Amino acid sequence: MTIEDWLKAACEDAERRGLPELKPLLESLARSMAALRDADRLIDRGHGNP
Amino acid sequence: MTLTLPSIEQVAGQVQSRAISPVDLVRGCLARIESRLELNAFITVMADSAVNAAEAAEREIAAGRYRGPLHGIPVSVKDLIDVAGTPTTSGSAVAPRLPAEDAPIVTRLRDAGAIIIGKTNLHEFAFGTTSEESAFGPVHHPKDPSRSPGGSSGGAAAALIEGMCFGSVGTDTGGSIRIPSALCGSVGLKPTYGELPCSGIVPLSTTLDHVGPMARNVADVALLFDAMSGQTQSLDVAGQHPKYIFGVPEPYFCDRLHPAVRAALNRTRLALVAAGHHVRNVAIEHAARTPEVYLHIVLPEASWYHAPLLSSDPDRYSPGVRLRLEMGRYVLAEDYVRALHLREVLRRAVDAALQGCDALLLPAQPIPAPELGATTVEVDGSREPVRAAMLRLTQLFNITGHPVIAIPAGATDDGWPVGVQLVGHVGTTSRLLHIAANVERYSTGGDGSVGGGTG
Repeated sequence: MTIEDWLKAACEDAERRGLPELKPLLESLARSMAALRDADRLIDRGHGNP
Repeated sequence: MTLTLPSIEQVAGQVQSRAISPVDLVRGCLARIESRLELNAFITVMADSAVNAAEAAEREIAAGRYRGPLHGIPVSVKDLIDVAGTPTTSGSAVAPRLPAEDAPIVTRLRDAGAIIIGKTNLHEFAFGTTSEESAFGPVHHPKDPSRSPGGSSGGAAAALIEGMCFGSVGTDTGGSIRIPSALCGSVGLKPTYGELPCSGIVPLSTTLDHVGPMARNVADVALLFDAMSGQTQSLDVAGQHPKYIFGVPEPYFCDRLHPAVRAALNRTRLALVAAGHHVRNVAIEHAARTPEVYLHIVLPEASWYHAPLLSSDPDRYSPGVRLRLEMGRYVLAEDYVRALHLREVLRRAVDAALQGCDALLLPAQPIPAPELGATTVEVDGSREPVRAAMLRLTQLFNITGHPVIAIPAGATDDGWPVGVQLVGHVGTTSRLLHIAANVERYSTGGDGSVGGGTG
């Protein structure tokens, strides 16, 4: 699942559950998710699988 | 006025010789608790049971059955940890646990003769760094009630520097023992992961959670650690002056620091070199990846435990804690696995940085105690979220499981304590305590006394 698709679905679900205040946190988590996926990709490429 | 409070080491001999009664120690601590109730350091004060236990200890010692240096010593326990017959509130309005048995860590302390004086306040469910989101009110820093003592074991650190107990048991999932220790000027140990049992303790994140001792100096922390781990060795460093090799991981850990924190680290470093130790620069590869790895482990693990209560009783949580727990329900399994994969990379990177060193030396917190209610803080000219700043230097070692101790290292110009951390090799916590006892001589100016007490 792409981060964009995940964020859209997560925000819609939060809205549906009556938790709109979760949106900025989910956006922040999306940025963290992008950094995590970058690290996973770059570290593996540079140093091989752990 | 700064008050140098007695250490466990200082009073233990007097308890043994019966120059001091455990009853007097307990009554003294209870009086200190009573005198500063506005700090909200305690959730439950166990006055009657503590006095009863002190009377029993006094009888036992008089009968020649002295158990050791913790016998008759008042100790507090973070209210995330089960103590038989008292509610485990976790600092929350969510229905508490009502344990019939002590957590094993508490049993071991009682077996060593320690007296449990009460349960300390905390950031709700240990899911925060300031101790301000608690159903029992925020914990206030003893030096200034408008500031946070740090968290999540904030009540424990406040109680220690106010003389409300001689030792305390905290928990540390991202820095919750070391953060308040640094901000209050006390000592806190996060042992190697898995070294002390976390059963009987409300989990936050089962693969990041640690339990550990807090006290007013390293020797006292070592006494508590020995009892908590079922060991009997003592930390006798008198006359021992081994030469150690320290590695300072400057990239990432020294990038953004309050000037007083940077000065304290440099001062400690210079003092160690002057004393004949070797200090060199090292780097922990990929350390900058720590926040995203941490977040993708702590969030889903915390949500796992809280899922039933989030569904049945969501409004009983503090709004901020509830939202962080809800956030964890959206983390994808593939990203959790990515974080676990990167955890191994980081573990090897810390091991590599430690190679050829006895310990790593780094700041414990980038800032002194923040204002209660602040959401951002200025660090070295740029603003960042308070929570991110407070976790930045501590959370890596929860990910990797290395033992870490936070010790005082002076104060800002206006008297706010700052500290340093020492990181040891996995599985060598006792050796780390020996190293820390030596470093403490230089970081605190010699006596290891705490800097935050008032009285």
